[in-house]
Amino acid sequence: MSESSFKPVVVNPWNAAWSLCWRELVRFLRQRNRVIGAIGQPILFWLLFGAGMNQTFSEEATGANFLEYYVSGTIMLIVLFTAIFATISIIEDRKEGFLQAVLVAPIPRWSMVLGKVMGGTILAVMQGMLFLILASMITISIGPLEILAILFLLIVIGIGLTSLGFVLAWRMDSTQGFHAIMNLLLMPMWLLSGAFFPVPSILGDSSSGAPSSGDYFMHWIMRCNPLTYAMASLREIMYWGDATAPLPGRGELPSFEVNLTVTLLFALIMFILACRVAREPAEGDLR
Amino acid sequence: MDTTTAISIEQLSHHYGDRCALDELSLSINAGEVFVFLGPNGGGKTTLFRVLSTLMPMQQGSVQLLGFDLAAAKQSIRQQIGVVFQSPSLDKKLTVRENILHQAALYGLSGKAAKLRADEMMGQLGIADRASDICEELSGGLRRRVELAKGMIHQPRLLLLDEPSTGLDPGARSSMWEYLQRIRKEQNVTIVLTTHLLEEAEKADRIAILNVGKLVALDTPSLLKQTVGGDTLTISGSDLNGLAEKIQNQFQITAQIVDETLRIETTTGATWVTKLTEAFPEEIDRISLGKPTLEDVFIAKTGHRFWNEGDSA
Repeated sequence: MSESSFKPVVVNPWNAAWSLCWRELVRFLRQRNRVIGAIGQPILFWLLFGAGMNQTFSEEATGANFLEYYVSGTIMLIVLFTAIFATISIIEDRKEGFLQAVLVAPIPRWSMVLGKVMGGTILAVMQGMLFLILASMITISIGPLEILAILFLLIVIGIGLTSLGFVLAWRMDSTQGFHAIMNLLLMPMWLLSGAFFPVPSILGDSSSGAPSSGDYFMHWIMRCNPLTYAMASLREIMYWGDATAPLPGRGELPSFEVNLTVTLLFALIMFILACRVAREPAEGDLR
Repeated sequence: MDTTTAISIEQLSHHYGDRCALDELSLSINAGEVFVFLGPNGGGKTTLFRVLSTLMPMQQGSVQLLGFDLAAAKQSIRQQIGVVFQSPSLDKKLTVRENILHQAALYGLSGKAAKLRADEMMGQLGIADRASDICEELSGGLRRRVELAKGMIHQPRLLLLDEPSTGLDPGARSSMWEYLQRIRKEQNVTIVLTTHLLEEAEKADRIAILNVGKLVALDTPSLLKQTVGGDTLTISGSDLNGLAEKIQNQFQITAQIVDETLRIETTTGATWVTKLTEAFPEEIDRISLGKPTLEDVFIAKTGHRFWNEGDSA
């Protein structure tokens, strides 16, 4: 063959990203225990907490029963868990050697990040929606338009969380390290998003008396958590147009538009950040 | 661009903290040749491989790969080189075909073109009948073939391989070499590989011997062996230092102590066997005569054995 027969590769970053994403989906489906872990545990929690907390979580004070209140929290937990599991796989990819071939391929790094994030997001959203449909048969009623809107919202949340996971996992060389991060950062982030209990009031209305310093502290910690806005957006969509919806803590947060904007910005910023860190070589590649 | 040079390396150095892995390495590799970097573990081969494959950023020096500057044109280089890693880069949960198709997607192939190319590669490497097997279930030899198919999917002009024979049995090793020789002949692919196996290096057109980050020799296998001289005498005995001195005094030839043996390079080995055994019947326990091997070249250039204590082949 002569020199001229060498055709330089014409790279297609979108196609490469899709292939990486498709790989995530195939791997997920071939590892049954991941399917069970990601969706089984949140459902179990939902049922157990729902039944156990129902008396403690006072319907008189909040206007909501816990099983119902916790549906959206569970969806968030499913999305978080699946997103996290999807990004842990970047550590495994590096350890098993798969990643090195991707790193020397002529694709831009954003294409690699997009593949990973898309894969994680699709898995997270699919499972979140599955649970939503299950829950809508048991405890809440929800229309098709709302379901579509939730689908869109979960995609945005999924992109934000998988990208966040990617940023955290990129430099790590062990999954144990990631578990520490998960317990110290990601679980509290979820707990303090309003998923489990509403944002405490600092308005000091007549029924609950003057807010304590603890209330102020929790209120602002939760207000600083980007996931709080995602959580609020999700709840607003679930009870779209219902001014008397059982949404404790609703008055503590900004309008739906602001919540949605924060959620969108979070996803965008996290994705850009993920693309940026992926440009740096991680130490694990050099061993 | 000079089309006869595939890689040109000038004054390439690399450090991990205080440790120097590559020390002002300079050499050039011709287009279309099979070039081997030979060296013991820790000699700097893997560092060099990582730099050349664009996995690791270059620290000092300059490298031209296929006419592109490694520091400035990584992307152009990545489009034209194929890389086969030592540790498997396969996704073990995917099938052979899925792995190859995925690699095709990374290199801009999709749809029918990718499928055709994947089938072609699997045919060439004799893994067509294993296309639907999950890679986890394959033997080391078959996995290496899938790696080769991945590395060659985009018809690169240069194929880089890091220790490609590691973990392969002799049969798998020789079929890998058959494939490498074939793509070199049919597609004029430049093949650059690292190895710590002396017998593997013999198959190269040219060998660069690396020792602690330095280039100690560079030539064809036969010319390298000629530099050592005609024959190598290896002597073992109880007092090697004393024996070396006696030989020096009596015959005016240099005997070098390498590990537990005394080595003498000479053009007329056979006559020396008789002379020495007659002169020092007490001191010599065992004496052997051999044609120089690449290991002798390595010893001659570095003064120590290729395999250090504790290393194993």
